[in-house]
Amino acid sequence: MKVILDSKQIEQVLGELTGGIVRDAKGKADVAVIGIRSRGEILAQRLASRLSEKLGEEVPCGTLDITLYRDDLNSPQGGAQPAVRTTEIGFDIDDKIIILVDDVLYTGRSTRAALDALIDLGRPRGIRLAVLVERAGREFPIQADYTGYKADVASGESVQVFLSESDGKEEVVVGKVSGKR
Amino acid sequence: MALKSKKFRWERKGLLGLRELSAEEITYILDTAEGFEQISSRTVKKAPALRGKTVVNLFFEDSTRTRNSFALAASRLSADVVEFTKKSSSVSKGETLLDTARNLEAMGIDIVVIRHSAGGAAKLLSRNINACVVNAGDGFCEHPTQGLLDVYTIRKLRGSLDGLKIAIVGDIVHSRVARSDMWAMTKLGAEVTFVGPATLMPGQVEQLPVKVSYSLDEVIEKVDVINMLRIQFERLGGNPFPSVREYSHYFGLTVERMKRAKEDILVMHPGPINRGLEMESEVADGKNSVILEQVTNGVAVRMAVLFLVNQAAAQKK
Repeated sequence: MKVILDSKQIEQVLGELTGGIVRDAKGKADVAVIGIRSRGEILAQRLASRLSEKLGEEVPCGTLDITLYRDDLNSPQGGAQPAVRTTEIGFDIDDKIIILVDDVLYTGRSTRAALDALIDLGRPRGIRLAVLVERAGREFPIQADYTGYKADVASGESVQVFLSESDGKEEVVVGKVSGKR
Repeated sequence: MALKSKKFRWERKGLLGLRELSAEEITYILDTAEGFEQISSRTVKKAPALRGKTVVNLFFEDSTRTRNSFALAASRLSADVVEFTKKSSSVSKGETLLDTARNLEAMGIDIVVIRHSAGGAAKLLSRNINACVVNAGDGFCEHPTQGLLDVYTIRKLRGSLDGLKIAIVGDIVHSRVARSDMWAMTKLGAEVTFVGPATLMPGQVEQLPVKVSYSLDEVIEKVDVINMLRIQFERLGGNPFPSVREYSHYFGLTVERMKRAKEDILVMHPGPINRGLEMESEVADGKNSVILEQVTNGVAVRMAVLFLVNQAAAQKK
């Protein structure tokens, strides 16, 4: 296990992500933040409050559960069984610029599922992808618009994000894969 | 509210009854159903979770709510739905239940939703075909998805069933709803009282995990939830009560009786209602009535059940 971001660095990376989003969004369309459960939800809340401060207006924030849109629901999944949870988006996504937030961008499959789930909820003017960490290994033609940290990770390793709200600590680590992610 | 444990795995590729489920399994279905609720209220009422799957609605008895609810649940999860009715099928030519099901299975179906007048029909089917089997009512035994939507509705409005007092009133003996409700409610911590005339109580009711009362007036003031069952005229043999008027006098939920109930009592009914018999119209449409919420929640609960049995089947491949 190797720590690639500690709590201070996570803080810094979130600041950079916020800066990038603000540069593109200032004076333009309505921005809203939507996080993919479960780590993306927490990161989305943090980004939304930073963005609200910088943009001087309340940036709405929601949570997306992508379980029903996953592409592996009908394949045997070893140990993991994805649990369906609620999607909580208390605003209209039509005509907004949606900042879709996830913790790690890897294969791109979660992002694909999230895009389909979002389209079923309305017609945003645009969707941008913001991730805390990205690594090599894309299986779909999907890239992030805002990347916090590019991690150099071998294919047999996994990136794990721990956040204080869900895990009681703040760090991003790289380690050997224990099961299929 | 939700106790969703990350380690929990749903292992059943069918839902035959609630008697055999643990409190944890029931809670898991309810938690899962919460995630499906919003699908029915948004513009695009569809998610791809059962895309490419085929669900057969195999109904040997009439139904409005359950049949349509299952059909909507399946199609909102992108499954294809085949409707089977006894009247227009080869059952009228003498084909047996198993032959009917095996033939449908030979056409490549994934989930069978079955309603049948014989108790145990769903179980019989599940032992003889590979497809997932969901019981939509078998004889006087169980109607598990109705039990689930009832506890879902109560949990949503009250937060929990733990410690609640619930009366189930009326034609208990013919009611599979009463049985499924009893299992789900008691497993989740509620105290259930069966209320009705002795002629409509099941034999050996004392062996069930419920209290029994023969007087609605004695329990009406004490309960948090009251579930009024339909008098099932089509199943009544003999004369279980002297007259319909006398029955409603003693066991009907009237405006007068409601005055003595707790102010926030939840009034439920599995439908279809005999208005003016087990319940006065003013009560059925009144402020305490959650009858239509039950129907709405039924779709989400059935989506959750179809989703979970299909997942269990996928993982057993």
